Amino acid sequence: MADVNRGNRPLSPHLQIYRPEFTSITSILTRITGNALLLGALLVVWWLLAAASGPEYFAIADGVITSWFGDLVMLLSVWALWYHALAGVRHLIWDTGRGLDLKDAESLAYLVIGGSFVLTLVTIVLV
Amino acid sequence: MQFLTERKRVIGLGSAKTGTEHHWSMTLSSYGLLILVPLFVFTFGPMLGQPYDEVVAYFARPFPSVVTGLTIIVGFLHFKGGVQTLIEDYVHGAARTGLIIAMTCLSYGAIGVALYALARLAL
Repeated sequence: MADVNRGNRPLSPHLQIYRPEFTSITSILTRITGNALLLGALLVVWWLLAAASGPEYFAIADGVITSWFGDLVMLLSVWALWYHALAGVRHLIWDTGRGLDLKDAESLAYLVIGGSFVLTLVTIVLV
Repeated sequence: MQFLTERKRVIGLGSAKTGTEHHWSMTLSSYGLLILVPLFVFTFGPMLGQPYDEVVAYFARPFPSVVTGLTIIVGFLHFKGGVQTLIEDYVHGAARTGLIIAMTCLSYGAIGVALYALARLAL
């Protein structure tokens, strides 16, 4: 176990060094959408609790979730949910060792972005 | 010491310490969510903005209630694993430990609250 030169090693270049690429943006969006879904999920849990608490409290929570702000959060959450789901499928494909070369990675990125918008539209129409 | 194998001696000394369990739990929950999320979106979604009586009657039925409960359980456990990776990437020291503990409490807390609400709606 060599412990020479600890703390004085060159750092590998981080995000600000690289030019953003289409594939790298679709990757960071996976993380952003996944974690941002917390807001929508907590709203859903709160709405359920309100429904269990009685009509008066339900009216408040339902009012918030169907207001323009609630609608905006829910719309963005639906898109984030589908985006994160498709990007997750991409990870499951990558885990098998497939689709890792540049050409496939780029077409997967297009599929994830396009698919997330299509599924969001389908959700808006059906729900 | 001579009873230790070479493998045993180096286990956990890599930069990642452990991680295969974490990766596997994320893989497993993501497959679960691939089934649950579409079911959840199209059973839960239509109920937002519906009258109180209709919502209560709807979640008293087994299918919407079980789908909602499972999605919230698996979803928040998946979130707990994901946000842990996020925190480990960007936050260091005591703040990292504190944030991971807070997010774990929040995840289990949300699961607890949702299950209580669903049980009360069902009974």
